[in-house]
Amino acid sequence: MPIQQIIEQRVQEYRDVPGGLLPLLHAIQGDIGYVPPESIEAIARGLNLSRAEVHGVISFYHDFRSAPGGRHMLQICRAEACQAMGSGELEAHAKNTLGIDYGGTTADGAISLEPVYCLGNCACSPSVRIDDSIHARVDAAALDALIASLVETGEAK
Amino acid sequence: MSSRIYLPRDTTAVALGADEVAVAVLEQTGEQAGKRSLAIELVRNGSRGMFHLEPLLEAEHHGRRIAFGPVCAGDIPGLLDALAGDAAGHPLYLGVTEDIPWLKGQQRLTFARAGLGDPLCLAHYRSLDGFAGLEKALRLTPQAIVTEVNESGLRGRGGAAFPAGIKWQTVLDTPASQKYIVCNADEGDSGTFADRLLMEADPYQLIEGMIIAGLAVGATRGYIYLRSEYPKALQVLNAAIATAGEQGYLGDDICGSGKCFHLEVRVGAGAYICGEETALLDSLEGKRGMVRVKPPLPAIEGLFGKPTLVNNVLTIAAVTTVLARGAAFYHGFGVGHTRGTLTLQLAGNIRRGGLVEVPFGTSLQQVIEVFGGGSYSGRPIRAIQVGGPLGAYLPPSLWDTPLDCEVFVAMGAMLGHGGVVVFDDTVDMSAQARYAMEFCAVESCGKCTPCRIGSVRGVEVIDRIIAKQEPEMNRALLLDLCDTMEQGSLCAMGGLTPMPVRSALNHFPEDFG
Repeated sequence: MPIQQIIEQRVQEYRDVPGGLLPLLHAIQGDIGYVPPESIEAIARGLNLSRAEVHGVISFYHDFRSAPGGRHMLQICRAEACQAMGSGELEAHAKNTLGIDYGGTTADGAISLEPVYCLGNCACSPSVRIDDSIHARVDAAALDALIASLVETGEAK
Repeated sequence: MSSRIYLPRDTTAVALGADEVAVAVLEQTGEQAGKRSLAIELVRNGSRGMFHLEPLLEAEHHGRRIAFGPVCAGDIPGLLDALAGDAAGHPLYLGVTEDIPWLKGQQRLTFARAGLGDPLCLAHYRSLDGFAGLEKALRLTPQAIVTEVNESGLRGRGGAAFPAGIKWQTVLDTPASQKYIVCNADEGDSGTFADRLLMEADPYQLIEGMIIAGLAVGATRGYIYLRSEYPKALQVLNAAIATAGEQGYLGDDICGSGKCFHLEVRVGAGAYICGEETALLDSLEGKRGMVRVKPPLPAIEGLFGKPTLVNNVLTIAAVTTVLARGAAFYHGFGVGHTRGTLTLQLAGNIRRGGLVEVPFGTSLQQVIEVFGGGSYSGRPIRAIQVGGPLGAYLPPSLWDTPLDCEVFVAMGAMLGHGGVVVFDDTVDMSAQARYAMEFCAVESCGKCTPCRIGSVRGVEVIDRIIAKQEPEMNRALLLDLCDTMEQGSLCAMGGLTPMPVRSALNHFPEDFG
């Protein structure tokens, strides 16, 4: 289905939901992987908002992306409980291994790297999230294994 | 002979490999089953909160539940053999679950059911006094419910510890065509996971509390605002709400009473500030999560401009206990003005981390020693941050302070949502102070200047202190900046960010050159 058609369908679905903009943006990002800038006008029209308001909401929240990301999202927790267990070194290791900084995507399109502030797994830090699965007590070796498994599944596609 | 085996579906348990263990158990019940004299039924329960023992496998054994942990998939064949023979001889055997000292030493009210069974089984919830609070509430007038909450002494568990009864009374007393209940499940503080554990282990308790709140203040619609970092809690809550609806606990005719309550989960989008109640309301309305000026209070003009009761997950859940067992029962726990139980979450560099529910008044030292068992690294503990990223860093000399809201505030700290993050002696406290300002800069909503600009300047000033550039002058400047943020910020984000900064400066000056 063309992107514009997906967006129109989702706008129709959420236009009458009270406070429906966030659920709508989540739905679009779930379908397409990001919120395309060209969707802003259709969203604004459908929800009776200004384009500035829609853009303002998209840019306010860390979760919403305006450009495609990698096939997998790797998030490393930067918050205090993970810091106390060495997440700082884990962050540096991830950036080195992947050759990207936060906000970047590896050249093969496999992995996007993002910071996250707490995954609620603080008794077994450091924590990382890959897509919808959370991993506990992740050291450099464990992270390497996780990254390797992502690259393999990416190639299998 | 048949045996029921329990293995948590909780986020932390799964993050430590519980799903792989479950697969190994199921393999043994399949083609291998014929070789054993033991038929197995696998239940994916919630977690008991003993995260240091996850994945924790429990088995029904001679009428009692015995535990093994931490278990990995490779342990399963041997463990099942042990269950058919000498269970106590297995190296991972922990004894009867409820007799494990870590669990036995707690006073569980809100978390009494956590980990006992399948969180989505409504019959199981009912069999453990579930919906007893709702049945009582359906027989009471709205005022009588609010009076019960007020007399229990229950205070908000999100962090601010505001008396719940006063808030409920305000919403009840404000006439409106529509009122809302909003559950704040945007548990963003590092070192906290109590809300998540409760939602994943005992979701019907939260749903029951939401319905009671609706009956009490006259609200017919409720929202649970859940952070997007909790994908498992989202699955469990949505499934539980669907089942509760099918069974007549939600909708237009709650339990045949003719009363109405609709409940929905809304997912946040990765903004810490949305844990602040007015930013949360803006976010629920589909806007940027910007903090609102108070007054008007949300209780009078909240969601979509209507009277709205906003409470934390644990506050709403505790109401089921207050109603089911009475205000006096709940009030019987705690000290001073701080009644009931305190939910602490032991996190960071700690050997035995997890969820500890104890009466208020216990000391931090006791909790860290008795439950925590020292640091995970084995090195001496140097600092403990209590109350999330906006809470103070406490040195050993303050650990014998009783855990009481007022006592903590008096010493420039707070209990907040009960997060206890432990750091060993490798911590650099100037880096922690810098991070507090950096986090504020990342997560500030930007509405007020002291928070938006002050946090950025704070990082710069701390950098100069660390680089030994005019340290005395910059130290004075930092303290002045802290004053400005505390007094001039619109909400607790900017207003409390100075707390970890000041505590690091005051208690650990040697780390600042």
